[in-house]
Amino acid sequence: MRVALQLTGLTRRFAATTAVDRLSLDVASGEIFALVGPDGAGKTTLMRLLCGALAADEGGALVDGIDVISQAERVQSAIGYMPQRFSLYPDLSVMENLRFYGTIFGISRSDFEARARSLLVDFALADFADRLAEALSGGMKQKLALACTLIHRPSTILLDEPTAGVDPVSRREFWRLLYGINRSGTTIFVSTPYMDEAERATRVAFMTDGKIVSVGTPAELKAALHGEVVEVRCSRYRDARRALHGIPSVRSVEMFGDALHVLVDSAETSISDFRRQLQAIGIEDGAFRSVPPSLEDAFVAKLSA
Amino acid sequence: MTTSLHVESLTRRFGSFVAVDAISFDIQAGEIWGFLGPNGSGKSTTIRMLCGVLAPSDGKAEVLGIDVARDPEAVKLRIGYMSQGSTLWADLTVIEHVRFYAGLYGMSGREGEERIAAWMQRTGLSERHNQLAGVLPGGYRKRLALACTLLHAPQMIFLDEPTAGVDPVSRREFWDIIVGLADEGTTVMVTTHYLDEAEHCNRLAMIYNGKIVASGTPESLKHLPQIGTTVEIFSNDCVGVLEAIETLPFVRGAGLYGSSLHVALASAADIDRLGSALAATGLNAQPPHPVLPSLEDVFASVAGSP
Repeated sequence: MRVALQLTGLTRRFAATTAVDRLSLDVASGEIFALVGPDGAGKTTLMRLLCGALAADEGGALVDGIDVISQAERVQSAIGYMPQRFSLYPDLSVMENLRFYGTIFGISRSDFEARARSLLVDFALADFADRLAEALSGGMKQKLALACTLIHRPSTILLDEPTAGVDPVSRREFWRLLYGINRSGTTIFVSTPYMDEAERATRVAFMTDGKIVSVGTPAELKAALHGEVVEVRCSRYRDARRALHGIPSVRSVEMFGDALHVLVDSAETSISDFRRQLQAIGIEDGAFRSVPPSLEDAFVAKLSA
Repeated sequence: MTTSLHVESLTRRFGSFVAVDAISFDIQAGEIWGFLGPNGSGKSTTIRMLCGVLAPSDGKAEVLGIDVARDPEAVKLRIGYMSQGSTLWADLTVIEHVRFYAGLYGMSGREGEERIAAWMQRTGLSERHNQLAGVLPGGYRKRLALACTLLHAPQMIFLDEPTAGVDPVSRREFWDIIVGLADEGTTVMVTTHYLDEAEHCNRLAMIYNGKIVASGTPESLKHLPQIGTTVEIFSNDCVGVLEAIETLPFVRGAGLYGSSLHVALASAADIDRLGSALAATGLNAQPPHPVLPSLEDVFASVAGSP
């Protein structure tokens, strides 16, 4: 197994805050590795350390075998990094933006033409090659930013919340592109606030307060959630939520779309309690079933614990 | 029931481009009204007109009984508006921001300070009150913008993607606040790309290319006849299944949904055809079974899957 990212005791402080705290982690080549965690957990700082934009205080990291501390410039030209606010030039066209990044990464003219054309076709941007970046929709801007990130064929890419603020249809499309890129061998290290995206990663790390508190496949992380989830559908769900909170065996009650997810030790023994509690406040239409926990259940439980 | 917002044939053009095309709707007091649509479909332009910061080209809007074209300043005083690009100053601290907004709305003295403290607490900003806005993580910037929007207890609030980039646990806290405000009688108009959040709305409208293409309660939208039949497929290779079936002529749309796959079909009659086609691929997958579409499925269907 080749290692794409290797972190050993990686640490970065800002004044009194330790934004990234002695992180050690290996990401294998070919993985889609998702980083999730609360706001301010240190995810963006970690990304910036890994791309050589920010110096570490302690520890180290290798990206595709390159030391991000002693060879920061080499890392920057070898990997692809798409920050939260990727700099597209609004007054340059789609093609000109690609050419700009091609030049920065030192791609020869002949190589650039072929590479740019294949990216434009794969990303369904070919019809918009002459359009100014400022006139693109939000979803198309993100696709162009991704294309610019890939122009020099990096074998590892770091994506910092690439789909935040992107509409659901464009988000689906963006992920299809990521699968395609991954299939052709690129390692993807991506942070996301969307837990459904993390469900599809090969492995996921939960990060909080600068530390990775769990790491594993989505199935492993869900299995580590001690307890069972009861899905409750009923009318007056806001009242129902308050009522269920009052039951001592209930650890948490969260909204999941149009249903409530109740975390308990045992689903089987809880359902009759739930029914009684809801009937006591006049809710007769409750439907209860035990459901497999989602990654979001696991995340919420981990962070509320 | 009181109407908080009345919109009639509201239109906005930029040159020859029609960003908002004669839309009409009403929002009742205390309602949470969700406005969904792809990037660039006209949501923010609509909200900016309703908040009195952009003049309509045509049509009319009454916010809390005030004609917004005639008296935009009166509207601004009575509403709260959280824009997408939150207007924060990088070199002011969190508490300086909140105090600045309090000053704008003429809140001062002990009552003002109490309200500031309460909102700092409720939005989880207390620990970071001395941090500069410029270095706040994205989710905290949103919390600060929310606190500034709610400080003066507006009767109606417009929230434009309030939770974009906010972590899953904090999103829940945001929605607890929003639902709480609505319970107290505040009217809420909100846009979001998180369609699980849209389930909290009393009513929703979906806008596409400047026009409202569907509206109703979350429940009623899932039963729109044009959605057809939605099926779910479980597989350990959802991407493989997706690629194998999406080009089938009777598949109208397909997308990954959490760890499963949702497929849109014209009618229940196509379920067996899909099942046979799926079996023929030899991929490891369970047979498709019908499910109620999610709001994401509805969105993909009415707001144009590419």
